[in-house]
Amino acid sequence: MTFQKFLEILDARQVTSSQPHGNINCIFASDMMSEVLTLQETDIALLTTLNNLQVIRTAEMQDLACVCFTFDKTPSEDTVKLAQEKDIPIVCTSLCLFEACGKLYEAGMRGGKKRE
Amino acid sequence: MSEVSNVTKIQELIYELKVSDACVNNLITIKPEIPMNKLRFILRDNCISGVPVVDRGILVGIISIDDFIEWLYDGHLACSVRDRMSREISSLCLDEPLISAVQRFEKTGFGRFPVIDRKTGMLSGIITKGDIIECLLHKLEIDYHEEEIHRYRASHLFEDIIGDRTSIRFSSTVEGEDFKEAGRASSGIKKTLSRLGVHPHIVRRAAIASYEAEMNLVIYTKGGEITVVVDSQLIIITIKDSGPGIEDVDKAMEPGYSTAPDWVRELGFGAGIGLVNIKRCADSMEIFSKPGEGTIINLEFNWNSQ
Repeated sequence: MTFQKFLEILDARQVTSSQPHGNINCIFASDMMSEVLTLQETDIALLTTLNNLQVIRTAEMQDLACVCFTFDKTPSEDTVKLAQEKDIPIVCTSLCLFEACGKLYEAGMRGGKKRE
Repeated sequence: MSEVSNVTKIQELIYELKVSDACVNNLITIKPEIPMNKLRFILRDNCISGVPVVDRGILVGIISIDDFIEWLYDGHLACSVRDRMSREISSLCLDEPLISAVQRFEKTGFGRFPVIDRKTGMLSGIITKGDIIECLLHKLEIDYHEEEIHRYRASHLFEDIIGDRTSIRFSSTVEGEDFKEAGRASSGIKKTLSRLGVHPHIVRRAAIASYEAEMNLVIYTKGGEITVVVDSQLIIITIKDSGPGIEDVDKAMEPGYSTAPDWVRELGFGAGIGLVNIKRCADSMEIFSKPGEGTIINLEFNWNSQ
């Protein structure tokens, strides 16, 4: 799905001005960065409430399409700064994690799989 | 840059850049009472195709070369700019993304728009389609050049250095328990490998393996070092620390087994899958550890099949 559609479905607002380099391939919802790092796909959109710098580092290493904070969680200033530096898109939605996942699933998005 | 990435980069820039990045701020304006026959000189001397018309500080219209040509065609009777200007003023704001400007140009067919500062309501500049193109090209060129220069320099290293076996070695120190800086070393490794011309899939695997190892250094030790050696075939990443060491390496390699304290889980780590993930990412992995002395992990990645 396109980034614009993703934003529309979640009624999300952009926190940084970066855009993903392509479409969003699949979704992953987790606060465990360890798990995110085991995914085999690229261009994954991460839904999370974990508010620390390691979210951005994880996004950088795993080449995530974007990071979406749910339930109005606001990323810290340091997090936003690092994201801007590394050109990683951050967005925020008021929807809770469950609803956000539900809406994306309804729209045809599926989850990521572990690396073999 | 491949064709596909070119298009995406431009799209990216159009959303990222603002009208303020492209508009011309050297503001030339004209009073409404100026006679039309003087307009020609103003446009010609300033090399512009249109001017905002400002009456005592207020934007009242806009007049362009097209209006001038129409005036000539209508018999060029003596009159002022006020009589021939366009009063239908559509303006853009400095802080709007360029995409708004592009859409407005497409929708209205106008040649230029005055640019307003949203906060003060004052006229700040003018923008034409040409200005947008110039701005995009300029930004594309800068971004392209910067990264290309880095990439060119680095990817030719193996060819430029004369020898039977050449390798590049670089290392970073990782401080234990420094969660703010954690990941910085791996981020540097990722960028360097990319500049050296390593395939993106391999760069990602190497970066993830390095990052997991770096997090282990930060979480469990007082610090350590990550060394990368790249030769024409292999990337070898060595992660070394001096304590506390792993009691049972086999157990540590079991998915889900974790000795991490609870506060580490709150940071999103400590799920017990780090070492397993490293093993899956690398083409080969060796781990040596002695409790009380420290741990060494050697990873290998094949990157150049030639």
